[in-house]
Amino acid sequence: MGSRTGRFQESYAQDMSIFHSRWQWGIAAAFIILLFASPFFCSNRVLTILTMMGIAVISVHGLNILTGYCGQISIGHAGFMAVGGYTSAILCAKLGVPFWVALPCGALAAGTAGLIFGLPSLKIKGFYLIMATIAAQFIIIWTIIQLRGITGGADGLSVPRPKIGNIVLSSKASYFYLVMILTCLGTLLAKNIVRTRAGRAFIAIRDNDLAAEVMGVSLWSYKLQAFFIGCVYAGVAGSLLIHYFSFASTDQFPFMDSVWYLGMLIVGGMGSTTGAVFGAVALKLLDEVVTMVGPILSAAVAPQAAASLGLIMHGLVIIIFLIFEPRGLAHRWGMIKAYFRLWPFSHQE
Amino acid sequence: MTFFLQLIITGFAQGMIYALIAIGFVIILKCSEVFNIAQGHFVLIGGYLGYTFLVPCGLPVWASLLLAIGVAIVMGLLIERLVLRPLLGEPVLAVIMATIALATILGGLATLLWGAEYKAYHGLLPTITLNIGTISIPSESLIGLIVSVVCVTILMLLFRYTKIGLAMRATAEDLQVVQSVGIRGTTVFAVSWVIACVVGVIGGILLGGVSGANMELADVGLKAFAVVLLGGVNSVGGAIVGGIILGMLENVAAGYLDPLLPGGGLAQVFPFFVMIIVLIFRPYGLFGLPRIERI
Repeated sequence: MGSRTGRFQESYAQDMSIFHSRWQWGIAAAFIILLFASPFFCSNRVLTILTMMGIAVISVHGLNILTGYCGQISIGHAGFMAVGGYTSAILCAKLGVPFWVALPCGALAAGTAGLIFGLPSLKIKGFYLIMATIAAQFIIIWTIIQLRGITGGADGLSVPRPKIGNIVLSSKASYFYLVMILTCLGTLLAKNIVRTRAGRAFIAIRDNDLAAEVMGVSLWSYKLQAFFIGCVYAGVAGSLLIHYFSFASTDQFPFMDSVWYLGMLIVGGMGSTTGAVFGAVALKLLDEVVTMVGPILSAAVAPQAAASLGLIMHGLVIIIFLIFEPRGLAHRWGMIKAYFRLWPFSHQE
Repeated sequence: MTFFLQLIITGFAQGMIYALIAIGFVIILKCSEVFNIAQGHFVLIGGYLGYTFLVPCGLPVWASLLLAIGVAIVMGLLIERLVLRPLLGEPVLAVIMATIALATILGGLATLLWGAEYKAYHGLLPTITLNIGTISIPSESLIGLIVSVVCVTILMLLFRYTKIGLAMRATAEDLQVVQSVGIRGTTVFAVSWVIACVVGVIGGILLGGVSGANMELADVGLKAFAVVLLGGVNSVGGAIVGGIILGMLENVAAGYLDPLLPGGGLAQVFPFFVMIIVLIFRPYGLFGLPRIERI
C-alpha cells in the first residue's frame, strides 16, 4: 500500500466499491478457498454447524434488507421461511418436482406471502407493523397446520433428499457445498441490491419515509419490493432448512426464531451486509456454546437449567448489545480496521 | 340461546382480565412511549408467583396477593432502572427489541425457577356461585371480573386524585413540559412500569386461578396487544372496551367455529385475525388518536 495512510476515493464508484484494495481481494479469496476446502479437514459436526450458519446468514440477509435497510421491522421472518420451505417440500414430496425447480418456487411463494402481509406497511409503521408481522407468523403456522391434506399438519411431511441432475446430495459435505454456494451468492446479491437505485430508496425510506416520499421515492413500490426481496431470502433459507432435515414440520419455524433473526441483526449491526454475516455467525456460535454448557449445568443445578440458559443468554446478549454496542459488531469491526489503516494517526472518538 | 349467552358472559369476564393486562401496556405506552412486548410475561410470572405463595408456602389468599404485588413492584423498579433507562431516547426498534429480550429473560427465569411445568391451584381462590336464570356464571370468571373492576377503579382514582397520577397524565401529554415544571420524568417512568408489573401479576394470579399456571400464560400478552390495537393504543377506556369485545368475540368464535374446523385451536389465533383486520381498516383503533406527522 506504499506509504499512504488511509484510503483516498476520488469518485462515487470508487467509494461504493466492495473491495478497496488488492489486499482485500486477497483476503476474500483466501477466505472463500478456506471455506470451500473445509469439508476436507472438518468433522461432520463442524460441517453441520457451518451449514446451519449459512442458512441463518441467508435468512438474516433478507431481514437486513427489509429491516436494516428499509426500516420495516418484521418479527414474522420464520413464518415466511415456513412458506418457502413448505412450498418446495410439497412440490418435491407430492408432485415429484426436481429440487432445483422447487427451491426458486418456494422462494417466490415466500415472496408473495411477504407482499400480502407487507400490504399493511403502506398504512402503518413502527409498533403497528411489528404487530402485523407477529400476526403473520401465527396465522401462517396455523394455516399450515389446518391444511392437513397437503402439508401433513402437525405430523409433518417427509421430503426426499435433494437431487441436482443425477447427484443426490446425501452427504453432509455435498449439502454444505450447496448451502455455501447459495450463501456466497446471496451475500453478493444482498450487497449489490443495496448499492442500486432500489437500495438507496430503501435507505431514504428508513431514515425518513415522509421526506423520501416528498423527494419522489414511491413508498408503495419500494416498501413492497423490500418485503418481496426480504421474504424471497427467507423462502430460500426455509427450503434449505427443510431439505437438510428431509422433513418438514412447523416446529422448525417457531416464533422465537423470528425474534432471534432480529437479534442476529442487532448483534451484527443493522443496515450492513457484513453485519448480517457477523450476527448470524456470532449468535449461532453462542447457540453451540449453550448446547455444550447446557447439559453440564443441567446436571449440576436442575434439569431445566439447559432450556432456561438458552433463553436467558439470548435475552441478555440482545440487551447488552442494545445498551453498549447499539451499532453492532460490524461497526466495531470497521473501527478496528480503521485503527490499523490510519495508524499512526488513528485518532477517532 | 342459552349457549350463546353463556359464551357472552364468560367472554365478558375473561375480557375484563384481558383489559386489566392491557391497561398496564397502555400506561407504559402513554407515559414513556415504550411498546412493552414483555407484558404477557409479567402475567406468566404472576401466575407462578400465585402458585408459589399459595401452594408450597401455604399462605392465605390475601397474604399471597400482597406478597406477589410486592415482588411485582421490585420487578418493575429493576426493569425500569436496568433495561429501559439506559435506552432512553433510542429508536423505537431498539426499545422494542429490549422488551422482547426482557420477555425471553423472564421466560427463561420462569423455566429455571418453576421448571416450565403445569401448576394447578384453582380451588384455592375463594368461590362465589351466581345463577341468572338458566345461565350459571363460573366462579373463577366472577372473581376475575370483581378483582379487575376493583383494580381498574383504583387506577382511575389514582390518575384523577393523586399527585403522581396527575404527573403521569401530564407526562402522557408532553414530557418536556413536565420536566420543565420540575417533575422527574424517570420517577414517572418507574411508577408506570411498577403499575404495569402489578396489573400483569394480578392478571396472572386470576388467570392461573382459572386454568392453572403454565408457560402458555405468556400468550395472554399477545391477546392484550390485540386488545390495545382494537381499543386504540393510547386510550385506557379503549383498552377496557377492547378487552371486553375481544373476550366475547373469542369465546363466541371458539364456541361456534371450533367444531367446524378440523385442527381446532381457533381461540389461539383469533386475536391475530382481529389484529390484522384492525390494522388494515382502522390502524388507530376504536378510540385512538391518529398520529399527525410533520417532516
